Amino acid sequence: MSEKTYLQAISDGLRTEMRRDNRVFVLGEDVGVYGGAFKVTLGFQEEFGSWRVIDTPLSETAIVAGATGAAMMGLRPVAEMQFADFVSCAWDHLVTVAAKQRWRAGTPVPIVLRLPSGGGFSGGPFHSQNPESSFAHIPGLKCVCPATPEDAKGLMISAIEDPNPVLFFEHKHLYRRIKGEVPDERYTTPIGKARIHAEGDDVTVITWGAMVYTAEEAAKMVDASVEIVDLRTVMPWDKQAVLDSVRKTSKVLVLHEDTRTGGFGGEIAATIAEEAFEDLDAPVKRVTAPDSPVPFSPVLEKAFIPQPDGVAKALKELISY
Amino acid sequence: MATNTAVDVVMPQMGVSVSEGTITKWSKNVGDTIEADETLLEISTDKVDTEVPSPASGVVSEILVQEGETVEVGTVLARIGGEPAAAAPTAPPEPATQPAAEATAAAATEGRAAPPEPEPEPVAKPAEPVAPGNGKAFVSPVVARIAAEHGIDPSQVSGTGTGGRVTKKDIQGFIESGAQAPQAPAPEPPSQPAPVQAPPPAPAPAAAPAPPAAKPAAAPIPATVGSAQAGESLEPMSAMRRGIAEHMRRSLDTSAHVTSAIEVDMTRVVQIREKLKKEYQAAYGVNPTYLAFIARATVETLRDYPWVNGELRGDQIVTRNYVNLGFAVELADGKGLIVPNLKNAETLNLLGMAKGIADVARRARDKQLTPDDVAGGSFTITNPGGYGTFHGTPVISQPQAGILGTYAIVKRPWVITDENGADAIAIRSMMNLTLTYDHRLVDGAYAGRFLRDLRERLQGWGETDY
Repeated sequence: MSEKTYLQAISDGLRTEMRRDNRVFVLGEDVGVYGGAFKVTLGFQEEFGSWRVIDTPLSETAIVAGATGAAMMGLRPVAEMQFADFVSCAWDHLVTVAAKQRWRAGTPVPIVLRLPSGGGFSGGPFHSQNPESSFAHIPGLKCVCPATPEDAKGLMISAIEDPNPVLFFEHKHLYRRIKGEVPDERYTTPIGKARIHAEGDDVTVITWGAMVYTAEEAAKMVDASVEIVDLRTVMPWDKQAVLDSVRKTSKVLVLHEDTRTGGFGGEIAATIAEEAFEDLDAPVKRVTAPDSPVPFSPVLEKAFIPQPDGVAKALKELISY
Repeated sequence: MATNTAVDVVMPQMGVSVSEGTITKWSKNVGDTIEADETLLEISTDKVDTEVPSPASGVVSEILVQEGETVEVGTVLARIGGEPAAAAPTAPPEPATQPAAEATAAAATEGRAAPPEPEPEPVAKPAEPVAPGNGKAFVSPVVARIAAEHGIDPSQVSGTGTGGRVTKKDIQGFIESGAQAPQAPAPEPPSQPAPVQAPPPAPAPAAAPAPPAAKPAAAPIPATVGSAQAGESLEPMSAMRRGIAEHMRRSLDTSAHVTSAIEVDMTRVVQIREKLKKEYQAAYGVNPTYLAFIARATVETLRDYPWVNGELRGDQIVTRNYVNLGFAVELADGKGLIVPNLKNAETLNLLGMAKGIADVARRARDKQLTPDDVAGGSFTITNPGGYGTFHGTPVISQPQAGILGTYAIVKRPWVITDENGADAIAIRSMMNLTLTYDHRLVDGAYAGRFLRDLRERLQGWGETDY
């Protein structure tokens, strides 16, 4: 074990797999000489050479299409988008080709897209989004959203191992802020298994990514026993863990940083209503960003991204309901 | 003949322009037998006040609209016959005369013996604090499920949720406590002016029959209908609040309340308590509260005034060789109270009394009270003095005959007479006590002597008394 930042844990997972498996390579804008926009692949080109750490032109379409082709030919590409927001440029290759190839032709497409996502640093509308629900909606894609360094490494390795396209949403706000003990050896964190971040009896918060910590802060502000379920992966998601917690507390808050309408919280809320209706003691509540692009202004951005105060307020409403 | 299918009684159309009517009086209660065309209720409309005859013969199985409520023409007011529990089909209101065979078959499918003329059995449900189907209290899915699994009527549970809603925790606490219990912690020294028992426990164990003067099945508080006016907000009553409201009204309707007050010089008790406090804390971890002193002196005094510890039961006077001493305990949210009692309080010395009071207060806090804790009280003490009040007129917890109110102990200039007969003004710790008693049983002089003796006991408390 050693203490690593969330960012170091991602690097560690990637490096572990590159050392272990020659088929694994990385590609993206400035991932090589520069070491990546956020320095996740710093030193990788020196260690693995420029054929396995490929600086690409500024074209997300080319990056995802190239990765898809390489995967179909048997390699295990890990492609980096500088910001998750720009994956929309590669929508066609990702959604039309990579997601459906296995079902159309039986060809596995084992690609990993690293998607630095999330706001909290005044990155504005193009550099702050959390588009996981858009891709969770696409059959054939998997979406993972680790919150802790340990999960970041374990899920990176699982994502590389997985024979399907996996979108790896790494939260920029957590990169250097969150540290934790991470096993030095290779291990995997299963895709589709939630983690109970905090056990509680009175009310459940279902969340993932950076919002796990927002929920943790909010929980300290209320006089109740709050259970925090960190989904870890949004597609597939751990329905059983969610339903188990709902059956325990009967009061649920779904919290995500993504915008509200069509956000993945709606899917969770609907599933709870369908499958755990008789266990509910209050309406399922959502706390999300409002339906607007992410604002630049620090003041507005703070109003946009769910904050502990707002989450605590929602928790209090549920507790007293 | 009696019907097996419930027949709805609806608000009649009393004129072309009449759209609604107000129930002024029910002539029958749930469980009563009624003949077709016999008067069931009286209504008042814009145009006319009139009696409404029953559309069928049978037992009144449900009354859905309470006296004082105004409802639209066509609203179902009551049901005659049928299975009270089952949701009756909205049958047309014409008198239904079922063929006997069909009635028998219907009864048989219910798994009951089917005598040709079913006895109009009184509705089995004990006094309900809330009219069924008033639809005001929202029951969440999980509460509905737990209630169904345990055969509980959620309206019997005190709610702590928004607007008194019964939460999952409330109903779980209710089940864990064996039956009804308070929902919230109680302050250490019980303090609340008006003691009552929470919504009546299922079948009142060993409870005295209701005084004959009172209407049977205590008329429920009419559910208010209508929407909030400007500046108002509405919230449904919790089951506990309904129980309190019903009990308070019924108590005032039953007993002839009279209150007498007396001033007690508590200086000695204050001094003795100061001494005992350390000793009790160190040896037993118990605080000898003033309430414990007063309770102890009260129990002693009740021995000489058995009617204060008694009860009027029908035309008989009940006296007892024991004191089950109740304490009014306010719930922490200030939205209700409960009156647990210490059984056989006459067997407790000061230490036992202090321990006992602390115990019921703790168990009220932890929702551990059992139905036995709140049933069978013979006399009650209420202690609103914690807030500095010096007088009050509490309401008697039925069917008891009296309630003692204790008030703030304050230092006051007081005229005392020394052993030589000289008067002097001294600073003394004074407290007022009130005895509210049922004048049907207890007369003013008797109550006055009780208070005098209680005062003498407290003022003369000896160093070695316990």
